Amino acid sequence: MTVYVKGVVFEGVDFDDPNSWKIDAYIKRGGYAALKKILQEGITQDAIIAEMKASALRGRGGAGFPTGLKWSFMPRSFPGQKYLVCNTDEGEPGTFKDLDIIVNNPHALIEGMIIGGFAMGISVGYNYIHGEVFEAYQRFEAALEEARAAGFLGERILGTDFSFQLHGHHGYGAYICGEETALLESLEGKKGQPRFKPPFPASFGLYGKPTTINNTETFASVPYIIREGGQKFLELGKPNNGGTKLFSVSGHVNRPGNYEIPLGTPFSELLEMCGGMRGGKKLKAVIPGGSSAPVLPADIMMQCTMDYDSIAKAGSMLGSGAVIVMDETTCMVKALERLSYFYFEESCGQCTPCREGTGWLYRVVHRIEHGQGRAEDLDLLLSVGANIAGRTICALGDAAVMPVQGMLKHFRAEFEHHIEHKNCVAPGY
Amino acid sequence: MLEIEIDGKKLTVPGGSTVMDAAHSVGVHIPHFCYHKKLSIAANCRMCLVQVEKAPKPLPACATPVTDGMKVHTHSDMAVTAQKGVMEFLLINHPLDCPICDQGGECQLQDLAVGYGGSASRYEEEKRVVPNKNLGPLISTDMTRCIHCSRCVRFTEEIAGYQELGMPGRGEHTEVMTFIGKTVDSEISGNVIDLCPVGALTSKPFRYSARAWELSRRKSVSPHDGLGANLVVQVKDHRVKRVLPLENEAINECWIADRDRFSYEALNSEERLTKPLIKQGGVWQEADWQSALEYVVHGLKDIIANHGADSIAAVATEQATLEELYLLKQLFAGLGSQNVETRLRAADFGLKTQGATWLGQSIVDFVGSDAVLVVGSTLRKEQPLIAQRLRQAVKKGAKLAIVNSHGDDLLTTLAGELIVRPDQLVEGVLAVIKAVTEARGVAAPAHIDLAGVEVTDAARAVAAVFEGKDKTSIALGNLAQQNPRYAELHAAAAALAELVGAKLGVFAAAANSVGAQLAGATGAGNVFAQPKKAYVLLNTEVEFDTANGAEALAAVQQADMVVALGSFGSCALEHADVILPVSPFSETSGTFVNVEGKPQSFNGVVRPLGETRPAWKVFRVLGNLLGLENFGFNSSEEVRDLVLAGDVAAKLSNAAVAPVAVKAQAASGVVRLGEVPIYQLDMLTRRAPALQATADALAASQLKANAATLAKLGLAHGGNAQVKQGAGVATLAVALDAGLADDVVRVAANLPATRALGALTAAIEVTQA
Amino acid sequence: MAATRLLSDDARKEIDRELAKYPAEQRRSATMSALRIAQVEHRWLTNELIEEVAEYIGIAPVAVYEVATFYNMFDREPVGRHKITVCTNLPCALSGGADAGKYLQQKLGIGYGETTADGRFTLKEGECMGACGYAPVLLMNNHSMCKHMTPEAIDKKLAELE
Ligand SMILES: Cc1cc2nc3c(=O)[nH]c(=O)nc-3n(C[C@H](O)[C@H](O)[C@H](O)COP(=O)(O)O)c2cc1C
Ligand code: SF4
Ligand code: FES
Repeated sequence: MTVYVKGVVFEGVDFDDPNSWKIDAYIKRGGYAALKKILQEGITQDAIIAEMKASALRGRGGAGFPTGLKWSFMPRSFPGQKYLVCNTDEGEPGTFKDLDIIVNNPHALIEGMIIGGFAMGISVGYNYIHGEVFEAYQRFEAALEEARAAGFLGERILGTDFSFQLHGHHGYGAYICGEETALLESLEGKKGQPRFKPPFPASFGLYGKPTTINNTETFASVPYIIREGGQKFLELGKPNNGGTKLFSVSGHVNRPGNYEIPLGTPFSELLEMCGGMRGGKKLKAVIPGGSSAPVLPADIMMQCTMDYDSIAKAGSMLGSGAVIVMDETTCMVKALERLSYFYFEESCGQCTPCREGTGWLYRVVHRIEHGQGRAEDLDLLLSVGANIAGRTICALGDAAVMPVQGMLKHFRAEFEHHIEHKNCVAPGY
Repeated sequence: MLEIEIDGKKLTVPGGSTVMDAAHSVGVHIPHFCYHKKLSIAANCRMCLVQVEKAPKPLPACATPVTDGMKVHTHSDMAVTAQKGVMEFLLINHPLDCPICDQGGECQLQDLAVGYGGSASRYEEEKRVVPNKNLGPLISTDMTRCIHCSRCVRFTEEIAGYQELGMPGRGEHTEVMTFIGKTVDSEISGNVIDLCPVGALTSKPFRYSARAWELSRRKSVSPHDGLGANLVVQVKDHRVKRVLPLENEAINECWIADRDRFSYEALNSEERLTKPLIKQGGVWQEADWQSALEYVVHGLKDIIANHGADSIAAVATEQATLEELYLLKQLFAGLGSQNVETRLRAADFGLKTQGATWLGQSIVDFVGSDAVLVVGSTLRKEQPLIAQRLRQAVKKGAKLAIVNSHGDDLLTTLAGELIVRPDQLVEGVLAVIKAVTEARGVAAPAHIDLAGVEVTDAARAVAAVFEGKDKTSIALGNLAQQNPRYAELHAAAAALAELVGAKLGVFAAAANSVGAQLAGATGAGNVFAQPKKAYVLLNTEVEFDTANGAEALAAVQQADMVVALGSFGSCALEHADVILPVSPFSETSGTFVNVEGKPQSFNGVVRPLGETRPAWKVFRVLGNLLGLENFGFNSSEEVRDLVLAGDVAAKLSNAAVAPVAVKAQAASGVVRLGEVPIYQLDMLTRRAPALQATADALAASQLKANAATLAKLGLAHGGNAQVKQGAGVATLAVALDAGLADDVVRVAANLPATRALGALTAAIEVTQA
Repeated sequence: MAATRLLSDDARKEIDRELAKYPAEQRRSATMSALRIAQVEHRWLTNELIEEVAEYIGIAPVAVYEVATFYNMFDREPVGRHKITVCTNLPCALSGGADAGKYLQQKLGIGYGETTADGRFTLKEGECMGACGYAPVLLMNNHSMCKHMTPEAIDKKLAELE
């Protein structure tokens, strides 16, 4: 299913070979060479972080924060325990790339985390894995065993002074735990409720200790960058948008799946790789960066290239790289109703605007979808949305509002039709 | 220091301050719900959103750290729009039932909604309904009103020390609750009522009994433990309706214990006396004050004439005021008797100190110690708020250790814990002394004999808490003070304090324990051991307020005359000859001197019930009737000023007059660990129905022992046992208490079920029942 | 003080393995795995089970209860032998997720959140499982994911399950 095109994370992975995830296969395709290089050639922490900066790798978890910069924030000389955490709590509707990484190439992630641990002077790491993909958690645990047995993980790695312990931790069904501080709370055994920032995890993270958190794909890109050099990674993509990126394409395409392609690839090309629109239908709209990203209509989307800057310019965001493709049969009211329900259902409930506002948004959209809409509802939605956005503890509040804003910006007429005629303009979902 | 600007006002604040702190410091009010200065920052209500220049979004003042040069606008368009938006969200699911809500008139949501709420709701969906929870006899719930600020949850976890309340569920289904079927049992639980900004958590005893605006608020001081918590007593129609904390950072901060909050129910009890009573021919007759007082004067004079002045004695509890105790003592002095005593729960009167025993320093200094050793105390129940403050101190890095006769969970981290039999507390402290002498290569003073003392690892751990610490303290709790070897225990603790450079303190068991000493109302010792011909009992129920209820009751029963001054009839009705109804703390002016030696005077908050009179006035009249000199006081203040003339601090001292020799003793056999249950402390707590319905009260009459002892005695958890001390017998339910030493049987005192038993720390016979 | 022991020795051992991942003073971190292990053993989480987990971890029961009620995959009500969770979120719905849910409802004769009379199946509607590319997806008993669940695939799967 996963389609490897030209990439970093899935370099050399054979998706048809059930053993391709294993450590032997990984080593055969150049795995753990980066780690060996660091430990055997005495590459310094500074040099690694410089390489990460040079790569222009931006965090693949959604916010796109430059990874090298984040690593440089870690107080490396902090004397107490520090933690490295990987975010595999992939649960943003549309995103399923981290699942494929863990299942098909777990050692790339493990090696990336070990390198991260070395670069930031951290000796303990955790990988928080989405609850619903429990089999991926088991795969990860199995890969950890392999890495320990091979001497890449644990005490005195490869006979050096460097030790690093890595553990898997699974979620059990809460999207909010993808938010990094909710993830930390959850990792501490509590409800996954985001923390107010500041303080940021770099100073007050897991168990109150300095912590760096990155996405799975971010870590899995690290071995390549160290092995091949930051510059080479950067050149795979375009300036400020270094490297290749995994795009999880879902919805009305012929071949949904993960496509690892250079940042900056035109959307039209990506659509072609996916075999085009299912059933030859017409493209109506695309949510380009996971369900939180504002929807873009077909004409705008077809002009975009798949990178942070182009999508942002078009008024949406690349997010985690989940591309939800909708054809002409899609009812936008129904689509929004489902998304709004998701944010209402997943709101952690601690902060007022999100707890109360997501339910309000959902109930109004639900009414409209069910023929109970009122003329003033669309302005009400925007007003309630404005009262949520930017006022919450974490970005879930904004995430709940952006789909509403996007839909009403580009498809307002469809909503008005629903209110007036109490039926859909489109027959499909 | 950082320079910032709030609403155009320039100010400097220390680094690490939040915008909320800074605003408070210049008197700028920022609306808020979840923020509370004593709790961790949650930043969840979002009511405190303010505009910070250069920030693209409004920021929560409670959680945003101040940075140099920051410019904050709390009432700009951006800020007010954000605040109004939050208020709308808070109200969409909040019932509009202010007219029937107990919080009405003192509701922070209601207050702010007036300023920030819209006039009509734009929310037309169905409102949320949340089922109520049973949190126990003290706290009433109306959970639909909850605004999820999480203050109550944070309180139980952070201040009370154990997360009794949680917020299970997610999103809008989140509900504040206990774990299924559990009640909130903390001894300071009532504070969540004050913390709740809306009417979700309210006082169960107070429920629906008055509206906030009908109540007048009067200051007072708690009459229970020695902390002297400051109170606001709320009154309607000359009845106390409710008691709330009066903030005093140096004493109770903004908290009070449940005892302080709910004991007022007793003030309105049916058992209150309203007229003097005289027993004639075995029948109680109402009398006027004049006749009753003359009866007392004649009776006392007669007995003195026939049996001498030493044949009369007066006892009072340490909940009596400084003025009352002084006048009682003067009255007896005038009659030629020195037999006045307030240390009714003591078993050893051998200790003579150079002044009134006290904490040895201020409360703030005490809890600011780097290391604290508490000896012999059921700390959470004896001193609920000191326990709370020590819990906060431990969080900030202080080391806490105990030498105790039980291992009750203090809901904090102990750095050392030495559990011994109650009759071996002295040996426990000796073991710590010996550990110190070994670790430091120093010698103990000559009067401390360490021969035969065994140093255990536990003793070493306790000794180690003082290591490398500057400000250290040792405090003796109620169990220590009630110990039959208190003088030795005190001497050992003092020697240890000397060795490690700690300050020695004595926890005051009651509101006026220190004041009683300053008033000179101590010194007689046990006046029940050798029965007297006449007793004057001030606020004392002999079987409930003494160390050996059986002995005290026997003494009183054989006396020729018993004069009971109190607010309630009950016990005294059986053995007294005259009962004089005197005011509880709420109906008289007076002074309590708290554990840190601070005199706190208060006025009556309601007028005395019926013909009740303040006891100080009763003593004044008695003095006059007896023709005694120096009884011409016009006010209680005059009495106080006389007693406290000069430097009060100079009258406080924990130093013994002469060294008491301490020597280890062996102990064997089954020994009773007797202690006063939290809600049996005094006449008021005993009569507060809600307190008597708490889990603490219900569990008080259990017999407890560790597994080995239970097995040895043939008892089982959940079964029954019969205990016997002298002629006293009681049948009690049995419970396992793993925190006890072997052969220790924990049987509380001063309970209806156990009042017939003997001494608190003594041999006890236990059999299966 | 739990009178009966609900968690087996094996379950306790498994919890111990999870506890070993965290610093000794952070036992609470294993709460989620302990609840998962308890649920696998007892199918759903009773209050007694939650209390026993709390006691084993050494934290307040209400703190464990908070966790048990926050995460969707914990069952606080009895469930059938096979709990089937269907993802009906938008990306899945666009590729037959919602239809698979409807098909299951029809076939089992129950609605979401219900259990068949024979106690064999419980059907739940789930949120995004992070597997949208494999839609329709079903999660069997929380831990095993079935991908591309067309009606035929569903029929086949149901037939396999006792
Ligand atoms: C509601 C919400 C959900 C999120 N979910 C995820 C997620 O599933 N995976 C992820 O890596 N980051 C997620 N994030 C972003 C993380 O908070 C964080 O920015 C990211 O893990 C950092 O890693 P990166 O710098 O490598 O991108 C989410 C953020 C929010 C606000
Ligand atoms: S925005 Fe929503 S999810 Fe984020 S902290 Fe607030 S209530 Fe929780
Ligand atoms: S007081 Fe600041 S968010 Fe509640």
